[in-house]
Amino acid sequence: MATDRIIGIDLGTTNSLVAYMENDRPVVIPGEDGLNLVPSVVALDERDQIIVGNAARKYLIETPERAVYSVKRLMGRGVEDVQDELKLFPFRLADDLAAGEVLRIKLGNKSYTPPELSAFILRQLKRNAERYFGAPVTKAVITVPAYFNDAQRQATKDAGRIAGLEVLRLVNEPTAASLAYGLDKKDTATVAVYDLGGGTFDISILKLHEGIFEVIATNGDTHLGGDDIDNLLIAIALDDIQGDLDLDVRRSGEAVATIRKAVIEAKIALSAQDETILDVELSGGKRYQRKITREQYEQLVRPVVERTVGPVRQAMKDAGLTAKQIDEAVLVGGSTRIPLVRKLVEEQFQRTPHAGLNPDEVVALGAAVQANILSGGSEATKEMLLLDVTPLSLGIESLGGGVVKIIHRNSTIPESATEHFTTGVEGQTNVAIHVVQGERELAKDCRSLARFDLKGIPPMPAGLPRIEVKFLLDANGILHVSAREARSGKEAEIEVQPSYGLTDEQVEGMILESFDYAEEDFQKRQVVEARIEADTILAALEKARKGPAWEQLTSRERDDIGKLETGLKAVAPHEDYQAIRTAIDTLNQATMRLAELMMDTAVTTALKGKTMETADVGEGPTSSHPIAKAEINN
Amino acid sequence: MDDTHNFDKSGVLVSTPSKPVTTECWSCGAMRAAHYCQECGKVQPPAPVDYFAFFGLPYKLNIDTAQLERDFYALSRKLHPDINARANDNEQEWSLEKTSQLNDAYRTLKDPISRTEYLLRLQGVQLEEQSKAATDEARKSGAAKKQVVPADLLEEVFELNMQLEELRAEKKMGGDDPSLKNDLQQHRQQLEAKQAAMLSDLSTAWNWWDAIIDRTAAGEAISDTDRTAALDSMLSIINRRTYIRNLLREIDEVLES
Repeated sequence: MATDRIIGIDLGTTNSLVAYMENDRPVVIPGEDGLNLVPSVVALDERDQIIVGNAARKYLIETPERAVYSVKRLMGRGVEDVQDELKLFPFRLADDLAAGEVLRIKLGNKSYTPPELSAFILRQLKRNAERYFGAPVTKAVITVPAYFNDAQRQATKDAGRIAGLEVLRLVNEPTAASLAYGLDKKDTATVAVYDLGGGTFDISILKLHEGIFEVIATNGDTHLGGDDIDNLLIAIALDDIQGDLDLDVRRSGEAVATIRKAVIEAKIALSAQDETILDVELSGGKRYQRKITREQYEQLVRPVVERTVGPVRQAMKDAGLTAKQIDEAVLVGGSTRIPLVRKLVEEQFQRTPHAGLNPDEVVALGAAVQANILSGGSEATKEMLLLDVTPLSLGIESLGGGVVKIIHRNSTIPESATEHFTTGVEGQTNVAIHVVQGERELAKDCRSLARFDLKGIPPMPAGLPRIEVKFLLDANGILHVSAREARSGKEAEIEVQPSYGLTDEQVEGMILESFDYAEEDFQKRQVVEARIEADTILAALEKARKGPAWEQLTSRERDDIGKLETGLKAVAPHEDYQAIRTAIDTLNQATMRLAELMMDTAVTTALKGKTMETADVGEGPTSSHPIAKAEINN
Repeated sequence: MDDTHNFDKSGVLVSTPSKPVTTECWSCGAMRAAHYCQECGKVQPPAPVDYFAFFGLPYKLNIDTAQLERDFYALSRKLHPDINARANDNEQEWSLEKTSQLNDAYRTLKDPISRTEYLLRLQGVQLEEQSKAATDEARKSGAAKKQVVPADLLEEVFELNMQLEELRAEKKMGGDDPSLKNDLQQHRQQLEAKQAAMLSDLSTAWNWWDAIIDRTAAGEAISDTDRTAALDSMLSIINRRTYIRNLLREIDEVLES
């Protein structure tokens, strides 16, 4: 059903993609520029308009204070846990951040929260899909790193909502990849998915069995990826530049961005070649060059790559499997193109890893497969079902700051646990519960998820109330909490204070602020675009009337054009997109010969020594067909 | 987990094989199994059942885990939120609830230790307490109850604790005695072997318990003493295992520090 189209989105640290299941095959939907990858870069242009993707990349160098990349690293995090990131990345936090507030990043003189910045990327992907289908899209499956915690997942879901997308499911990236990988595989196999992307690392071990994709264990690091390698190389270049050229460009956003670009090029080159030249042209004509051999490079990045070993071992241990029991190790993520990474995977799993998938696209393709399953499935997916796990244990802070685990990591989700609480003081009517996520023994070392305040407990002697609290991790890995007083059976009132993240009201506000968020808006936008197109054509026609080509038309032709022109003028102010579209198309058809004549006249006039400008052919001829479809940029 | 169970008048869980509760499908009205309607496939509202009942299993500890896995997959295909993503809000809620029950039940029953612990809890045995035998032992020796050392481990644990102390002290001084470490490694291996052997002890206890269930099902009257003895034997194995697990953790901590 066209209105039920669900898209699959890979919202990556470096690049994002949107895919869709078409005729039993997932395909990536390209952007307007024809490219599949939309760089996860958001910039503010000169007119304070948001620019996303390839078009935004130039701002990273030209006006670095008006552009941002790798926002995913900030999703669901607080000020105190991004201090390391701030040293390595040119994130500029808003000056007026209050303690406990959701981060805001400065772009020019505006500031946005990470979910809003991610929403800009999502909105671009949504538009790409809408352009592709010619119809609105409102539902999506979005992938997240398997090792994302509750706050990071919630932030991603919020981003979807702000972008006008109903997020039907968050799917873990390695799991999504396995769906694309296993689409044609019907036999039983145990597979390890090693996913090293731009900013995150995940390892997931799955059992594939007759279409069931059962995750047995997962582990990872949400702050480990290609970015870390780039930062090492950037640090070396900065040192060199200071040493060799006696220039300290650390404070220059533009210089650092230029170096970063050169470093990424060198990194990519070193995946194919044994050596490369790191070549940076700095402003003021200074140039920094350095030869880097593969050997030097590998020595440098080995510590980064080796950080993946711990999670791999832990996942294997949790799965209760040895390397020999893994049938295939699948590589996902752009950073798995690095030969050293492949070597390490080969060592860990004692086999040549499977690299037959496009590591940049496979996650998005898998998201499209999951989207297809959720929309009721097709011939290709009807037997497929994904059973995923929670990557982190969930616990409650106990007296003395310890953690009582209530849901263990690698439990299949959805998963629930019921705990009973009581009061410690006579007449106590409130009980506070602190929920944390993580594996450490002390609550302060775990990730604080939320503080729940159970209110309205009937006053009773201490220890008598029995408050039953149910913790439910849904299929997205997001926590829901409900409570009731067991003696009275009364639903207890819970006040949730998320430790990190936006409140519902904040998200609602952001949705309202964003212009196009629903089907209605898609239609509005279509009409607006068509109107602009109509105006362009009508204006071009107006001018053409004054030119010599107009006279060359038969009177019949002129009459026809005139009628169609009146027709278009009549429908343009109204909200009926189809009517405007049809009027534009027929007028376009009718003016085809006029366009040709104008081109001829223009050429002849030019040959007579006149320039195009003075040939008075109007604005039309700047495109091949003067009254051709206007390019609408939105 | 919801602890609503069928108890007989002496407070013991009724041990006849539990049949899935058969109810009417809310949607098509036909009489169907509890989890989903076999007629129209719709998920049914969740009812509080224990994990054995969820899978329609008797309260026995020898379980065909391959069959359990097949049942888990088959039920997942009917109950999972992904399958019911287009159903109405109520059904989606039930689907979420039932799948979480299914996952809890499967995870608990597939693992021999958690399955045993779960049955003990169903039978009203508090795992935090030591078995009756161990409590008596504690009273005799005057040791704190929580710290009861299984008798056959006493000597070993004594020696082990000395070595752990020694190595801790060494490490504090910056030393690192390889022979001490070696001894600890050896202890570790012995303990691991003991832990592995425990599974076969457990299997004997299971057979004992399962026979009681079978005899009950056949209409035989089982004395409380018999029942308690079987449960106690499982409890003591579980306690020993927990004890050894903690020792292993302690060794690893010291070795890795």
